[in-house]
Amino acid sequence: MSVNRPFTRAQRATIVNGMLAFVLMLVVLQLWLLTATMNAYLGGDRSVIWPAAFASAVCLLLNAGLLRYLYHIERTRR
Amino acid sequence: MADDRRQPLDVRIDSEGREGLTGTTPASVYQPLQDVEQVTVAPDGRSMELQPAWRTDFPIDWPQDHYVERRDFMKFMVLTSLAFTVGQFWIAAQNWWRRRRGEPEAVRLALVADVPIGATRTFSYPTEYDPCLLVRSDERTFVAFSQECTHLSCAVIPDVAEGIIRCPCHEGLFDLATGRPIAGPPRRPLSRVCLAIRGGEIVATGVEERTA
Repeated sequence: MSVNRPFTRAQRATIVNGMLAFVLMLVVLQLWLLTATMNAYLGGDRSVIWPAAFASAVCLLLNAGLLRYLYHIERTRR
Repeated sequence: MADDRRQPLDVRIDSEGREGLTGTTPASVYQPLQDVEQVTVAPDGRSMELQPAWRTDFPIDWPQDHYVERRDFMKFMVLTSLAFTVGQFWIAAQNWWRRRRGEPEAVRLALVADVPIGATRTFSYPTEYDPCLLVRSDERTFVAFSQECTHLSCAVIPDVAEGIIRCPCHEGLFDLATGRPIAGPPRRPLSRVCLAIRGGEIVATGVEERTA
């Protein structure tokens, strides 16, 4: 039988560390996307603009989902 | 009749305040557990009795402090992620705006006879805010490039004798014949202005941007 208990502070600290590592990787990926897209745009290569914008938006959604989950475990803490 | 607000006695074992008890003893007879999340923990993990006096006087809940700072840093990172996404769509909007303007019109720059071999001229193309360079390197060869360095947009200076275009800001060098970077921080070639000779006149017909 599973017990749906709220996370302790130590558990929440572990969770936020893991989420932070994931968010940092995504943000670095977004930074690379932005610089590569800007370089391509200034060089006249327009083909990467929309795929890169879509990929960046997906990264943002993932980050926002993780932040939403953080708010969720904040609300349900003991 | 008097209003009796007292709750009726709940004799169930699992009623509120009696959880986990196997008998009928009320929960209040036991010492309440201390919430471990409210215990101050020093950075070295030792008990507060072993800490210096100043830390006893100004106790900080370090685990909570670490948790809060990571949580706030994560919020800041998500805000940064939003900013990067806005930047991506700003580039897309700029591209849409540029396409909407269409190709630049052809513009007469100078008479061929007015530009001697080895001479340079400056002009603006396609708008008055886009400074460009026109260079005549030999009898039949004219080249024109944007005057903005592809590193940080400083104005570049041609050196026809050396066959280079120099950026004085960070010592960037471009090849005069092709506009490609040959030294310094620039990584992209200078934008090339397409030229045509029509009736003894040099005409700019478009701009070619290049990544390599």
